[in-house]
Order: sequence, then C-alpha cells, then structure tokens
Amino acid sequence: MARITKAERKKSIISASLKLFSERGFYITTIPDIAQKVGMSVGNFYNYFNSKDVLAKELVMYISQYLGDNIRDINERDISTDEKIYEIVSMYFNIADEKPEMIEYFLRVYLSNREVFSDGCEGMLCVSPFVTEMMMFFNDGVESGDLYDQDFFSAFGLFMGYLGGMVFLFGEKILPEPLENYKESISQNIYNALKSR
Amino acid sequence: MLLSQDKKPTLIWLQGVTCNGNTHSFLNLSYLELLLSKFELIYLPFMEVKYSFFDISKCSLSCDVLIFEGTFDPLMQRNGVLLKDILIHYANDAKHIIAVGSCASFGGMFKASAPDRNSGLLYDGDDFIGVLTKLYKKVINLSGCPIHPEWLGYTLSMIANNKNIKLDDLYRPVELYSNLSHHGCTRNEYFEWKVDAKNFGEKEGCLFYEQGCRAPMTHASCNKILWNEVSSKTRIGTPCFGCTEPDFPRENFFKTKTNMSIPQDIPLGVPKRSYLTMAGIAKTFHIKRLEGKLIDYKTTD
Repeated sequence: MARITKAERKKSIISASLKLFSERGFYITTIPDIAQKVGMSVGNFYNYFNSKDVLAKELVMYISQYLGDNIRDINERDISTDEKIYEIVSMYFNIADEKPEMIEYFLRVYLSNREVFSDGCEGMLCVSPFVTEMMMFFNDGVESGDLYDQDFFSAFGLFMGYLGGMVFLFGEKILPEPLENYKESISQNIYNALKSR
Repeated sequence: MLLSQDKKPTLIWLQGVTCNGNTHSFLNLSYLELLLSKFELIYLPFMEVKYSFFDISKCSLSCDVLIFEGTFDPLMQRNGVLLKDILIHYANDAKHIIAVGSCASFGGMFKASAPDRNSGLLYDGDDFIGVLTKLYKKVINLSGCPIHPEWLGYTLSMIANNKNIKLDDLYRPVELYSNLSHHGCTRNEYFEWKVDAKNFGEKEGCLFYEQGCRAPMTHASCNKILWNEVSSKTRIGTPCFGCTEPDFPRENFFKTKTNMSIPQDIPLGVPKRSYLTMAGIAKTFHIKRLEGKLIDYKTTD
C-alpha cells in the first residue's frame, strides 16, 4: 500500500476540519473531533498544526488561494467583462454547491469570529490572493472602459456581498430554485450595477 | 585631457521654441565659470561671447559641441533664416549634439502648441522620427523640464575630458538617468507602508497614491543629485511630474489616475498583481509613527 505523504495528510486535515467547522461551528469543534475524522491520533495532529487557531488561519489562506487561483484563471482569459462576471459568479456558486464547506467556513467562521483572526490574519494578510484577483478584475474592467470608475470597496462590497448573501440563503434552504438557476440573472444584475455610464 | 587653449572644443548654444528654462537652470551650476573655461564659446544666448546670433544665423561658422534648447519647429525662422537650416548646418559639423530639456529631447511642453509639427531633435514623443535621426550617433538627450544644471555639467565635463558617455535606449546618459526619481526620496518609508500624504505640501506621507507623483516610473536622479544641492520636488511636497519621460507633459499633474482606487500606473518593472498583493498587505498594518506629524512623535512613550 502506498504510503500517505505528509502533504496529503495535511490536505485531509484541511478538508475534514473545513467540514466540521462549517457544520458544527468553530468553538464546538475540538481537535480530537478533527483527529478522529481524519483517522489520526491527537498527538499526531499537532505535528501538522500547533493549535486550532493556527489551523483556522491556514484554512482561510487555503480558501483564499483556491478562490484567487480560480479568479486569476478567469481574469487571464480573453473574454469581455460581463463574461468574466458570469464566470466568477458561476465559479463561486459551483463551489457553494459542490464544496459548500469552503464558502460556509468563510462566511460563518472567518467573518463571524474575528477574535480568532485578529492576530496574524487581520486585514489582507490571509485573504490577499483572493482580494488581489478581485482588484485585478476591477482594474481591468475600468481600463477596458466596461466598468464605471468608483471606489474599490463600493464595487467589491456590491459584488461579493451579493454573492455571499445568495449563498447564505442557499445554505438556509430559503431559495426556491437551485443556485445554478440564479447565475444568469445575478451576473446581469452585477454587470448592470457596475458598468460604465 | 586637453593640453592647450587652442584645442578647446568650440561650443554653440542654439534655441528653438523655448521658455529658456534650461538656460536659467544651467546658470545655477556652482562651477559654471570653470566648466565654460574648458570650451571656446562661439555663441551662447545668455552671455556675451565671440559671436552674436546675427553671425551665427549666416551659417558660415562651425562648432564641436552643439547644444540645442527648445522644441524644434520646422517652420520657425530666426533672423529671417529657417531654424532648420541653422540647426542642420551646425549639427552636420558638430562632434557632439546635446539636446537639453524635454522639449529638445522629445517635443515636451512646446510640442503641445503644434503637436503635429513640433518635435524633439531625435524623437517626437517616443517616436524616432525627429529632424536629426540621421545624426543620431552624435546626439545626447538630456531630458527634464528643466534639466538639472549638474546633468549638463556632467555631460560637458565628460566631453571636455574626452570621456565616453554611455547612453540608454533614449540616448540619455545612463549615469544620470538609470536611477528613478523615487530613489533617495525622503518619503520612501511612507511609500513602503502605503501611507498617503493627507494634504498638499506636508512633509509626511507619500505623494504616489493621490497626488499624482510619477517618481517610481520616472528616470531621473533628482533625489540623488539634489537641486541647488539641498532639495527636490518630492522632498518639499510637490509630486514628480515625470518630466524626463517622452510622454511629458501628461494631464492632471496633481492627481493620481486610478481605476477603482487602484493606481493605473505602478512602479516601473513591477507586475501589477505583485504590486497589489504587496500594497494590500502593507496597508493592513498601521504604523503609529507614520500616521501623525513626525515632530509630534514621542520616542519615549
């Protein structure tokens, strides 16, 4: 049987802890819970992460890098700004559908437990890859003449707040339709709100 | 080295469409008299020397070093003679042609009055289509609005001492133009931590984010070779206008062009994605010392 590498083991901790944190909450979930789910001893867990707080920060960086890589791939495509918006919305909703723990963790743990992230994960420190790619998206959109030149955070809040809100409603099972069915209209709404006037 | 008086290189200073700014600047050179003593001065517009402009305009003399100040206008006449004819006459014989100022180098400020007609000696903006392109091997561009007196001082000293001057892609001396204007700016710490200048003319804060400073994208040694040996634009709170570059003058000198709060132009050679990552992280931290007036900060707290 092939030996599991340290990197693979680390990835399985990330995957298991994301699910547990987003389903049960950050404080209720314990390290023994995570170790048990991964199938390792609690002592061995500490070979990978020094504490639950350290793991929590690493998870944010993992998600930020994952989202950032996906948005970068879209940013570098030779497509129009409205097509990019659709691709970003689509990518985000697909993740919310297929790997809900990633978005859930971001919304329910990272944004709701700021005390955990106030030292070493504040500001842009843990979310830099994701925010940088959104900056690149907005910068390119204005430079190409497609988007209205305004304050970055006004535009960023409109885009990501909207998506976060929809995923929250989806998670609460309030949406009457599957998330997939909202991609087109939401992309159009975002574009209409941000396009040059 | 020049050994005797009669081997001094001869010098003529010609002017096209100009505000005389480079002349004024050059007159502030601390060793002006010593420098000029190394040349046989045929004609200078700002000093009484061997010949007058009337003599020069007859195109019967010659020179080793031709300095040209101002934008070249092909229709301009001086003393009833086309400037073009005067320029080409002296340029053909000269061993060195120095375009002083951004007008003579790229068209500069006075290109704006007739953008389709006026240009620099070698360049029209960054297009290599000027009137002296055939003589490009002899031309040295000293861009700047105006030039720093030391830049012409350096160039003439090198010529007087028969030293080779290494030039960059725009024919400017690399010794003077390989630095960015940003290098040596006293506001660099504010640039590193992304702290903006809150108001015009303050000693604290960086001028890059809001006030239009072009120093991180501008080749010039203004903060290395200080003006009047004491200061520079950015040190006293005026943004760098990028006056040594071919795209000078740009619009809105005092405002940084942004796209959704993101600077459109970023430091030379830095990928925008890398810059945004670094800037975002730096902005996360709040350095108390950099947030108030420097003189109010108490190190003993």
